[in-house]
Amino acid sequence: MTMIANMSRRDVVKGISGLTGLVLGFQVGPRNFPFAEAATPTTFEANVYVAIDETGLVTIVAHRSEMGTGIRTGLPMVLADELEADWTRIRVVQAQGDPKYGDQNTDGSRSMRQFYQPMREAGASARQMLEAAAAQIWSVDANDCRARNHMVVHVPTGRALPFGDAAKVAATLSVPPGDHLELRFKPAGERRYVGRPIPIVDLKDMVRGKAAYGIDVVLPGMKYASVERCPVYGGKVSSYDAAEALKVPGVERVVVIPATPAPSGFYPLGGIAVIASNTWAAQQGRQKLKIAWDPGPNANHDSDAYRAELEATAKRPGRIVRQQGNVNEALAAAAQHVSADYFVPYYAHAPMEVPNAVATVIGNRCEVWAPTQFPQGARTTVAEVLGLRYEDVTVNVTLLGGAFGRKSKPDYVAEAALLSRQVGAPVKVTWTREDEIQHDYYHAISAQHLEAGLTADGSAAAWLHRTVFPAIESTFQPNVTFGSAGELQQGVTDMPYAIANVRCENGPAAGHVRIGWYRSVYNIPHAFAVCSFADELAHAAGVDPVEYLKRLHGEPRMLDFDAMHVDYPNYGASLHTYPVDTGRLRGVLDLVVRNSEWGQPLPPRQGRGVAVHRSFLTYVAAIVQVAVGADGEVTIPRVDVALDCGLVVNPDRVRAQFEGAAIMGISNALYSNLSIKQGRVEQSNFHDYLVARTDITPQTSIHIVESAAAPGGVGEPGVPPIAPAICNAIFAATGKRIRALPIDPEQLKSA
Amino acid sequence: MPQIRVNGVNHDIAADPQMPLLWAIRDILGMPGTKFGCGIGACGACTVHLDGNAVRSCITTLADAAGHEIVTIEGLSEDGSHPVQRAWEAGNVPQCGYCQPGQIMQAAALLKQTPKPTDQQIIDAMSGNICRCGTYSRIRAAIKSAAEMSE
Repeated sequence: MTMIANMSRRDVVKGISGLTGLVLGFQVGPRNFPFAEAATPTTFEANVYVAIDETGLVTIVAHRSEMGTGIRTGLPMVLADELEADWTRIRVVQAQGDPKYGDQNTDGSRSMRQFYQPMREAGASARQMLEAAAAQIWSVDANDCRARNHMVVHVPTGRALPFGDAAKVAATLSVPPGDHLELRFKPAGERRYVGRPIPIVDLKDMVRGKAAYGIDVVLPGMKYASVERCPVYGGKVSSYDAAEALKVPGVERVVVIPATPAPSGFYPLGGIAVIASNTWAAQQGRQKLKIAWDPGPNANHDSDAYRAELEATAKRPGRIVRQQGNVNEALAAAAQHVSADYFVPYYAHAPMEVPNAVATVIGNRCEVWAPTQFPQGARTTVAEVLGLRYEDVTVNVTLLGGAFGRKSKPDYVAEAALLSRQVGAPVKVTWTREDEIQHDYYHAISAQHLEAGLTADGSAAAWLHRTVFPAIESTFQPNVTFGSAGELQQGVTDMPYAIANVRCENGPAAGHVRIGWYRSVYNIPHAFAVCSFADELAHAAGVDPVEYLKRLHGEPRMLDFDAMHVDYPNYGASLHTYPVDTGRLRGVLDLVVRNSEWGQPLPPRQGRGVAVHRSFLTYVAAIVQVAVGADGEVTIPRVDVALDCGLVVNPDRVRAQFEGAAIMGISNALYSNLSIKQGRVEQSNFHDYLVARTDITPQTSIHIVESAAAPGGVGEPGVPPIAPAICNAIFAATGKRIRALPIDPEQLKSA
Repeated sequence: MPQIRVNGVNHDIAADPQMPLLWAIRDILGMPGTKFGCGIGACGACTVHLDGNAVRSCITTLADAAGHEIVTIEGLSEDGSHPVQRAWEAGNVPQCGYCQPGQIMQAAALLKQTPKPTDQQIIDAMSGNICRCGTYSRIRAAIKSAAEMSE
């Protein structure tokens, strides 16, 4: 439930709107905050605001971070729609990091899911107050007054009052009651913006080079820093010589950032910072540093050896995380026993804007400007590393030049804060691309082992899935070796196939680098394995993969996690509102098949592959068409994606997210590979850490299921099915099964 | 002291002539539209025009730039009315938007030299520009649309 208060006469109005008018604050109750760590607030404190001033300008505060999903446009659209506001008279301002705004941690594809309803309620409340204000001004019945496109209209007489003229009176009125029995929402057919393709509010700035990212922030007297960090995670400086660095023109001084021992969490890795009058001088000076490192406990980490270790672990029984029936008996009784092992490497995020931040510490206060997904986390981390009170830290959120999970970790913000205090001036820290690739919070490397037993008619009677990966929690706590329920829900414990005997296991793996969230997270390896293995079973059964998937999905039903004794967090959402519904899996499969020419003949060494996966409460099916050259080179002429994310707020941005997710899925499948020798990352920049470029870009069509269901995730769910669909297509084209990413063209050369 | 001409204005830059043009534009001239992405000419985020050709400002030194006409995204048009910018807007190309100034400068240079590019010419010209959000298909459509607009 959302509590809304009329804030018009409180101090909070300042800074939102310079003029007098209506200001609403609202607070979202705990049920909307499944991820909230804080206890239920007992006192009202307004968080998200809408303000309408006497000129009619509507100001909406965007409290979630904009990293390219369009959320800075999407949530205001919801509010403006219910308000009956004219979109051209909306101003969006970005919130600072503050608990009064509620959850600002922009990850997990959950902004729309969590804030669709609160934004509607805020818009509807403000609309009804404006209607009541007009009624008061005209001395008429409020039931005869209706807001229409930034005006209140008196329906019987056709009189109209602009919002701005009603705002001052509205500010004196009480908010419709908290139980919202009196709140009227617009009928779906009268929606003005929701469901329509609205251009993002930053579009014009972006094409003019005027959009301001973190890296663009400049403060008077600001210094520029570049930091040399230990090449091995958990290492530290033994000794250093900065004499040559200090001779570089523009270099002003050298500052030590103390090392944080592993696991370092959100804290800076530590290192030697060169402070200069411009970025390039700082980078040049840094190259002249002579540093002897104590590489610490991860000096022997080798990703090839680690892979072998993970693969060996996946061959042994692990901790059981889901069990139904008797898998061993069913496997033994099977007419056909199929087994396969899958591998996915470490990935780096590589957002185009590298980590960076500007901080200024004055006395006991610190103010930062940063491209952060996690403004309140950044504020906490800065307060902790500086030993300041939380109230004395201010976090300003800029646009993010891509993030993909990287910028939910505020280590780089804390670096700027520590340096500003030491230098006594504002400091901007800008990571190089090499820093970004070599000191990331990596997507977890993983090995998986799957077995299935098929009956004589090819039906799956037994399913065994073992997954082994370093857990994200290993970045925050020592001795973490198993995955969390939140990680295992991502394609393991929610395996949706109608199979009587199922056992899912998780084997132990220690962390040797910082592991972090990377767009769609553990759904990447798990969907790769599960959707590839489903295809392997189809071929073993001699059945068309689409037909076989329909058999696996079975009759439409909701997964019963209680019956399976599975701890299923469901991405923090209720299973009542967001069940795992195999009917919706079937729905996206049918939609993509109808639109993709599935089954039509193709030339030699071309093929189509299919994959269907639910993640972040959204159902996605992909059919990918590939062509494999004689040299093993894979090209992708066409991708069709069907999705069911429930209610769609901005269809153009939903399409954009799934178009982009297909490209990121292609990067994961064909190009990206991060490897480590002697604790040191072997890749350093875009010449050897490869990502998709325009040449591989397929003709991509996005097909959206029309739905009034509660909104699900959009930013991440498009990624997981792409890599398995590509590999399944390669099998169709060549008969060669790819079980390790990235795809090795050597394996695909024609004989 | 190197002198460079950016968007029609001459600037004396008090810096090492080996400083990349990118950092002079950003840190010294205070024009942030040109973006840092890789520092090795491998991603295209820093693309500017040098005498009308698209170059990577992160590997173009001040010494290289001196005596040439440099145009940045801020100078491509006064008001965002360049056909490429209009096409980008009409096609809702940007997601995070960070790489787009570089993409736009690359595309504008392509269209200046090849007003009616084929699909392959677009791919060849744009393959040096990374968009991690994956807006490539919209970029390609926008270039075709800008080419038609310019007819």
